[in-house]
Amino acid sequence: MNCHEESQPDRHELRESPRYRFEVSRRGFIQSLGAGLLICVQGGQLWAQQARGGQRTIAARLHIGEDGVVTVLTGKVEVGQGARTQLAMAAAEELRVSLDKIAMQMADTSMTPDDGGTYGSRTTPANVPEVRAAAAAARELLLETAAKEWGVARDVLKVDAGVIVETSGGRSLSFGDLAKSVKLAEVLRQRVPTDITLRKPEEWTVLGQPTVRLGTRDIVTGTHRYPSDMRLPNMLYGKVLRPPAVNATLKSIDMNAAESGENLVTVRDGDFIGCAAPSTFEASRAVWALAATAQWDIPPHPSSAELFQYLRAHTQSGGEGRRGGRPEEEGAVDEGFKAAAKVLEATYEVPYIQHVPMEPRTALAAWGNGAVTVWTATQRPDGVQGDVAEAFSLPRESVRVVVPDSGGGFGGKHSGEAAVEAARLAKAAGRPVLLQWTREEEFMWAYYRPAGLMDARAGLDDQGKLTTWQFTNYNAGGAGIGCPYTAPNRRIQHVPCDSPLRQGSYRALAATANNFARESFMDELAEAARQDPLQFRLAHLENERLRRVLEEAANAFGWAERRAKQEPGVGIGLACGTEKGSFVAACAAVRADAAKGTFEVLEICQAFECGAVQNPLNLRAQVEGCIIMGLGGALMEEATFENGVITSASLKTYTVPHLRDVPVLDIVLVNRPELPSVGAGETPIIAVAPAIANALFRATGQHLRRLPLRLKT
Amino acid sequence: MPEDFAFTINGRAQTIRTEPERTVLEVLREDLGLTGAKYGCGEGRCRACTVLVDDKPVLSCVTPVKKIQGVVITSIEGLAQEDKLHPVQEAFLAEGALQCGYCTPGFVLQIVSLLRHNPKPSDEEIFDWLNPSLCRCCGYPGILRAVQRAVAAGKEAQ
Repeated sequence: MNCHEESQPDRHELRESPRYRFEVSRRGFIQSLGAGLLICVQGGQLWAQQARGGQRTIAARLHIGEDGVVTVLTGKVEVGQGARTQLAMAAAEELRVSLDKIAMQMADTSMTPDDGGTYGSRTTPANVPEVRAAAAAARELLLETAAKEWGVARDVLKVDAGVIVETSGGRSLSFGDLAKSVKLAEVLRQRVPTDITLRKPEEWTVLGQPTVRLGTRDIVTGTHRYPSDMRLPNMLYGKVLRPPAVNATLKSIDMNAAESGENLVTVRDGDFIGCAAPSTFEASRAVWALAATAQWDIPPHPSSAELFQYLRAHTQSGGEGRRGGRPEEEGAVDEGFKAAAKVLEATYEVPYIQHVPMEPRTALAAWGNGAVTVWTATQRPDGVQGDVAEAFSLPRESVRVVVPDSGGGFGGKHSGEAAVEAARLAKAAGRPVLLQWTREEEFMWAYYRPAGLMDARAGLDDQGKLTTWQFTNYNAGGAGIGCPYTAPNRRIQHVPCDSPLRQGSYRALAATANNFARESFMDELAEAARQDPLQFRLAHLENERLRRVLEEAANAFGWAERRAKQEPGVGIGLACGTEKGSFVAACAAVRADAAKGTFEVLEICQAFECGAVQNPLNLRAQVEGCIIMGLGGALMEEATFENGVITSASLKTYTVPHLRDVPVLDIVLVNRPELPSVGAGETPIIAVAPAIANALFRATGQHLRRLPLRLKT
Repeated sequence: MPEDFAFTINGRAQTIRTEPERTVLEVLREDLGLTGAKYGCGEGRCRACTVLVDDKPVLSCVTPVKKIQGVVITSIEGLAQEDKLHPVQEAFLAEGALQCGYCTPGFVLQIVSLLRHNPKPSDEEIFDWLNPSLCRCCGYPGILRAVQRAVAAGKEAQ
């Protein structure tokens, strides 16, 4: 990964633009602007003038209460990936307090910094060090303050469990006591020094410990309030009228078909039509009554059966390199193919798949004084603040977005559709409105992980050495498109296409598609070179960290011994890859019945390395979760559509992994305390599909080049 | 037209007047302020909406309120006794057996129901019982560890 990529960690994240831009009355606009200014002064908008990622004061990141509780402010959200706990651990570690003295204030645009959205595995490498630096700086300032209070030298004091003590065994003072006597907010109103020393992994007492998610008790007792559980006095429940097809446009509708009254609000604003009522049942009934009168234009729309031909025929120009457009090129590719002893080529395909977070899109919106507050589930609170502001032509300061810990994201909640819709209904109702999408709405109207088509072509010399590598990805994206193997001549290109469906980010982005194609193709090359797939990879791998996980996985799995004794119908395969600074390798065992066209995954052994491990319990959960979610894309998930209608818009037709789908899992967490910690919520998904495909080849002789994997009979 | 329905919820007698076709899930969440049961699919396929009706698991997202006249319902909010968690809740907490946790109340109630009928289930029985329940974070290994911990705690208690 080069410097340019490091500076643009979210360059491959895909965003869908908001659907609606509502009409605004002149009067309403002036009023809201006034309210916005008021909020701007009252709320302080601590972060408004500070560029994202710029230097910040300690006080803006940490608050120390008189009860000794340290509140950590972050714009990151918790969607199950573990940010809340990990950031609290980071602060506790550097402040030298126990974890129960840390309170997290996450994702409320009125008070938390714009930490850049929760995606791209950025919390661990970017946000954790920021919190640690602020906490370490605060600890030093507290020591200095206590030294001044007592008239002693700073170096005779130390911090232990949230208490400042004289090393001679004399006086002591808790953070809370200090907060009572000194205005700590002013003491902490200093920029975080850039040269602050952080505690080393060998000194860690909080970080590095297996730690259960904060707030678990509230979850197991059902008292945690997810966004869809938010309630306000006098609120209504909303429902939006959806077109019958993804590309349909409204010709006519009878808005009188549902009668507006005290307890039913109907709204039409341009293309937006919706209702709000005291229950979802009543709101839905009203929307159905309107829908029965609607006439729609439904133009032709490509079907999933012709998807891959469609993508190849509808490429877009523009952009360059991995972002699309011109290929990145090294060496002499055309000459390399001419000189090669063997040239192989193959095309791989992945369909659209969906995130299917357990909690569908949802938002509760409440207006007051021309400003709106939205409680919603999104991975981009500051982005949704902008989306809502834009939809209602409001200044950003008039929109507050709050994200309670939510029911799953997986890259699927970058957008703010429900927030905008709930806000529009609430504005019309003059009362708070909660809107929760149905599962069917999710399947029809949420964005998908892009489908993709990958053309791979490679040349081997007469020694079976890879000389030339050409890889073109249509539509899926540029993440993980690079080739970690040595090949002097290489040409890599991502070609954007017109997508028949809304598409956006997904756990690990296109790295899953690109790794499926590359790692499957590597096995085809190994076969052509008459080499063992492990040895063939190692012969072309210089990266020490990638070699290490590959060898760890192979050893734990017993690769060499299992290759030597072939069981009928059973096959083993492996794959590896690196993305977002972490490294993964997986070995899979399958049992296949080629005559029946059926198979089962028996076992997956995966090694993963992300530098120094900060929370081993959560790391294991992320790796296990990624493997099993990866089984979904590998074995069963695929969106189908015809005439603009998603024909897989239910959990009956779109299946995701269940308990019985889980094979024997052997997880090797490679801890590298000497290396900086990076994120772990995405990369462990990328090696699953190719490892299984390669195992199926070994078991049946079939090269399966399309996900989900299906044997030919 | 709205009708009256009387039932017991978490040990408390409750009467509501509502449309008979509304789902139990909607009534719990929107009328009674009990948001522990979750909407996940609306088609009875993910089990996030599980509540216990007369001790048996019921999928409240596909159960109309007219079906619960006179029954005894336990939702996740009614499982712990004051501050004392149910052993299955304890097991989830001890194992950290959740990621986003949205499916957790449904899983906990399904497991409670399994262990009430069968305190020492085999792995096969656990798999059969829990297979329809969906955890999209795919935290199944952790959930299994929690079940095994709860089973072991039950054996110790005997």
